[in-house]
Amino acid sequence: MKFSDQFEQRFAEMLTHYPTKRSVLVPTLLFVQDEVGYLSDEVIEEIAQRLDLTELEVRNVISYYSMLTTRPRGKYNVQVCTNIACLLRGGEELLEHCETKLGIGHKGTTADGLFSLEEVECIGACSWAPAAQVNYDFHENLTVHKMDKVLDEYKKRATQ
Amino acid sequence: MADVNITIDGKKVAAPAGTLLIEACKNVGIEVPSFCYYPNLSLQGACRMCLVKVEKMPKLQTACTTVISEGMIVTTNSDEIHQARKSMVELLLGNHPLDCPVCDAGGECELQDMAFSYGAAESKYMEPKNHKEEQQWSPVVYFDRPRCILCYRCVRVCGEGMDVWALGVQNRGVSSIIAPNREDHLQCEECGMCIDICPVGALTSGAYRYKTRPWEMKHVGTTCTHCADGCKTTLAVRRADTGMEIVRGDNRDKSGINGDFLCIKGRYAFDFAHHAERLAQPLIRKEGRLTPSTWEEAFELIGRRFTEIRDRDGGQAIGVVGSNRTTNEESYLLQKFSRLVLQTHNIDHHRTADFPAFAAALSGKPDSTASMRDVFNAPAILLIGSDPTEQHPLLAWQIRNNVRLHRARLYVFNSQAIKLRRQATAFMQISAGMEGKLAAFLSGEESSVEALVSQAISRDAWIALRDKLRSEQGLVIIFGSELRGSDISSLVKFGSGIKEAKFVCLGDYSNSRGAADMGLYPDLLPGYHRVTDAGKFHDHWVAMPQAAGLTLPAMVDSATAGKLKGWYVVGANPIGRLAIDPFAFSRSFVVAQDMFLTETAVIADVVLPAANAYEKSGTFTNTCGDLQLVKKAGELTGTKSDFEIIVRIADAMGYDIGKLVPFGRGITADMGQSRGAQSGEADRHAVWLEAHGLEPKMSPFDPMAILDEIQRLVLGYEVSRMDLLAGNDQHTTLSGGGGGALHDPNLIVPAHDDLFSSGTLGRYSRILNSVIENRHKQPEETEVAAD
Ligand code: SF4
Ligand code: SF4
Ligand code: SF4
Ligand code: FES
Ligand code: FES
Repeated sequence: MKFSDQFEQRFAEMLTHYPTKRSVLVPTLLFVQDEVGYLSDEVIEEIAQRLDLTELEVRNVISYYSMLTTRPRGKYNVQVCTNIACLLRGGEELLEHCETKLGIGHKGTTADGLFSLEEVECIGACSWAPAAQVNYDFHENLTVHKMDKVLDEYKKRATQ
Repeated sequence: MADVNITIDGKKVAAPAGTLLIEACKNVGIEVPSFCYYPNLSLQGACRMCLVKVEKMPKLQTACTTVISEGMIVTTNSDEIHQARKSMVELLLGNHPLDCPVCDAGGECELQDMAFSYGAAESKYMEPKNHKEEQQWSPVVYFDRPRCILCYRCVRVCGEGMDVWALGVQNRGVSSIIAPNREDHLQCEECGMCIDICPVGALTSGAYRYKTRPWEMKHVGTTCTHCADGCKTTLAVRRADTGMEIVRGDNRDKSGINGDFLCIKGRYAFDFAHHAERLAQPLIRKEGRLTPSTWEEAFELIGRRFTEIRDRDGGQAIGVVGSNRTTNEESYLLQKFSRLVLQTHNIDHHRTADFPAFAAALSGKPDSTASMRDVFNAPAILLIGSDPTEQHPLLAWQIRNNVRLHRARLYVFNSQAIKLRRQATAFMQISAGMEGKLAAFLSGEESSVEALVSQAISRDAWIALRDKLRSEQGLVIIFGSELRGSDISSLVKFGSGIKEAKFVCLGDYSNSRGAADMGLYPDLLPGYHRVTDAGKFHDHWVAMPQAAGLTLPAMVDSATAGKLKGWYVVGANPIGRLAIDPFAFSRSFVVAQDMFLTETAVIADVVLPAANAYEKSGTFTNTCGDLQLVKKAGELTGTKSDFEIIVRIADAMGYDIGKLVPFGRGITADMGQSRGAQSGEADRHAVWLEAHGLEPKMSPFDPMAILDEIQRLVLGYEVSRMDLLAGNDQHTTLSGGGGGALHDPNLIVPAHDDLFSSGTLGRYSRILNSVIENRHKQPEETEVAAD
C-alpha cells in the first residue's frame, strides 16, 4: 500500500524511538487514519505486515481505542462532550441539537459525507465547557447558536 | 536461589526467591481461588479472585502477581477477603447466563465451584444480560460468549504456548470479547488447548459438546495411539450397546510427559474406534467372497493352513508383517510366535526411522538417549530435519516452551523454513538431502562443508556455528528420518565430543520405537540382537531357525515369485501405506488382522477384527524411549486384542502355549535353584519373577506375562515396575543392548503425517476429516508473527 512521503518519513523515524517494532503501532494507526480517513482492511494488513504483528492483534488494538475507526467517517468528525462538566453546562442539549441539525445520531455520517457525529467522554476542556472537537480543533463555551455557526463555517470551508 | 521465609495463615513457609505467592500457598496446601492465573503462562491479574491480605500493604493484594519477599505475613482467609471474593463472583455472574444445566462444563466448572463457595443468593445487578448466540469457530472449537469470564487463559495458551496467536481480545472494559483470527472463524492448529484451559463452558469442543455429563463417565488414563511422542491422555468412557464407548479425550491428569499438552489427534481423534465400518466379526473368503464366520472356524482354518505351509515348504515360505501401533507385548509376542511357531525370521514392519543404526551407534554409550522430559529441560537443543510442529506436536511443544520458559538455545537445521525456526537461536536452511553432509561436517569431516555453504551461510559461519555447538553442555540432539545408517554414526560421533549430550531419533507412529525395540526385523531380535549372533536368545529359543529372514520388499519378491505361500499381516496395511502391488498377495494364503477392511485386508483370505490400542492393555515406547502404560478404555463386542489372537493361532497350530507366554504355575520343576544355568527357560523365568517379587500370571492372554519376559530379556527395559504401573513414564535405554545393524536406508519410508493425518487410523476419524475439509475451503494460512 502506498502512503505519502511525509508519512513514510515519520514512520521510519518513529521506529528508531522504541526497542520493539510493535511499540509504534498506536501512533502509526493514528497517522494512517488521518491520511486515509479510516483503517481499511488493506491498511490493517499493511501495518500488521510492517510491524510483524497478526492482523488480529492490530484489530484488537483498534477496537480498544475509540478514536480509531475501521469505518469511513465524514470529512469533519464532530465530537460533542457530554461528560460531567459539559453535561452540567448543556452538553446534552448541544448533542441533541447537532443530531437534529445534521440528521444523524451517534457515530452517524451525513449523506454528503461531510459530517460525522460522535458523543465523546471528557476531552479535557472542562474549564470552557461545554466543548466539542471537530477533527483536531476545539470549540469551547458553546451554545446552540455558536454551534450552528461552527458547523456552517465547516460547510463553507468544504465548498470553497 | 536462596529460600525466602514467609508466614501464610500462621504457617511458616520457605520457598525459593521469585516464587509467586499463589504458588507458595499451593505448595503448603492452601488453596487460593483463581481464574486468570495459570502456571507457566504470563501473568494477567484480570479476575481478582486471588485477593489475599499481606500485612503492611494497604489493600488486598492479588496473590497471582505478588512475588514473595522475606518476612511477609499473609492471610488467605478472613471476613474481608471472603467479602472481596464474593463481590468478584457477583461481578462475574452479572452477565453470566448461569445455564449450568445445559452447559458442557457443568459439574467440572471453576466458576460453578466458586459460586458454590462464595456466591451470594442474590445479586445487586438489575441490568439485562448481554445475550449472544453461540458460534462455531471451527469443526473443533465452539464459543458461547455470554459464559466467558474474560480470564484470557485461552488467548495466552494459544499464543504463548502454541505459538499460533489465533485468539485475541476485542473492545475494552465490559464490552471486551474473545475474538478468533478470521473474524467469524478460526484458522489454527485445532489443538483444543483453549477449550481445555477455559475455566468455564465458554469454549466447548465439537467432539464432546452436549453428549454427556462429567459424572456419567468413567475416566481411564492411557497413552495416545497416534504419533510417536506418547502423550498421556485421559479417555472418558460410557456404556454403549456394543461395549464401552469413548466419549471424550483430554488430559485432566497433567502428570504425564505432556504436562498440559495434547494435540487434536490425542484429544479428539479417538472417534475411529466407533466408525461405522469397524469390523466386529471374523471374515473368511468363501467362493471368492469375504463371508462372516466365527472365531473358532477362523482359528481352525488359520492353524491348519499355516501348519501345512510350514511343514511342507518350511518356515521361510511364510511372511509376517507387524505393526507400529500394537503394544510392545504384542510386537514381542508376534516375533516370538514367528520365529518359534511359524519357524521363520521373515518378519518386518513399516519402518519409519533407522532405530537399528541408532542402536548400533549408541552401543556402549550408556545414558545417551534423552527422554521427552529432558527435551523440556535441556539447556540447548539441536534439531536436524523433521518438522515437529506437524509430525511431533508434543516434541514441538516441549521445545517451544523450553525456549520460552527456560531460555534454552535452539539450533535448527532444515531444508524447509519450519515453524520452530521462530524459537531458534540459529536457523540454518540447507538443501534437501544434505542432512548427511551436515552430520559428517559436524563430526569433523571438513570437506563436507562445501555441500552446505550457500549465499546466506558462508564456510566461516558454518565453522563458527559448529564451534558454538561443541561448546554447549547437555545438548539434546534430535534428528528426523532424513538421517539414516552411517549418517547417524557421524552424528553420534559429533555428540560424543559434547559433555552430557543426549539423542532422540524420530520415528512416526505411536509404537514405532517399540516395534523396533521388540525386534520386528528379519535379522534382529528384541533389543537389537542379531539373529546370527543372538547370545542368550539362542539358549532360550533353541528351536529358532539359524539364518536371518527376508525384509518386507524381499518377501514381496518371494511371494511374487510364488515361493512365499503364507502372509500374516497384523495391524499393518502394506498395500495402502507402502504402495505394495496387491499381486504379491494374490497367490498366497493371507491372514490380516485389523480394525477396518483396509486395502490389504480386503484381499485377504481371513480377516480378523482386532481391538485398537484404546481397547487393550500393555505398554508403548515413544520415540524417545519413554515406556508408558496402555490401559483399556473402550470396548467393542466381537473384537479381540492382537495378543489374544496370536496366542489362539499358536494354540490352533498345536504349540505348547506355556512356551510362548510364560503364564501359570506348575511349569517349573524346582524354581531352577538346583540346576543353575542348565535349568530350562520356564525355570529361569520363575527365578526372575521370584527375584523381582512378582507372581506368575494366571492367563495366557495376560500381556503382563510377556512384559515380565521383556523386562527379563531386553536390555534397557529394566525399569521400575511399580512406577510403570502407577502410570509414570519410565525411560528405557538403548545402550548395552544388541549391536544393532546397518540396513539399506531405502527400507525407511517416512509416514509424512501432519497435524491432521494419522496413517490409516486418520482416514477413519470423522473429526480429522472434517478439519481437513474445512481447511480446504479456506485459503492457505500465512504464518503469523510471534509476540
Ligand atoms: S484450538 Fe489450539 S490453535 Fe486453535 S485457537 Fe484453540 S488454542 Fe489456538
Ligand atoms: S473463553 Fe474461557 S478461557 Fe477464554 S477468556 Fe473466556 S473464560 Fe477465559
Ligand atoms: S502429540 Fe502425538 S502423542 Fe501427543 S496427542 Fe498428539 S498425536 Fe498423540
Ligand atoms: S467534561 Fe467535557 S471537556 Fe471535560
Ligand atoms: S488469579 Fe489473580 S487476578 Fe486472576
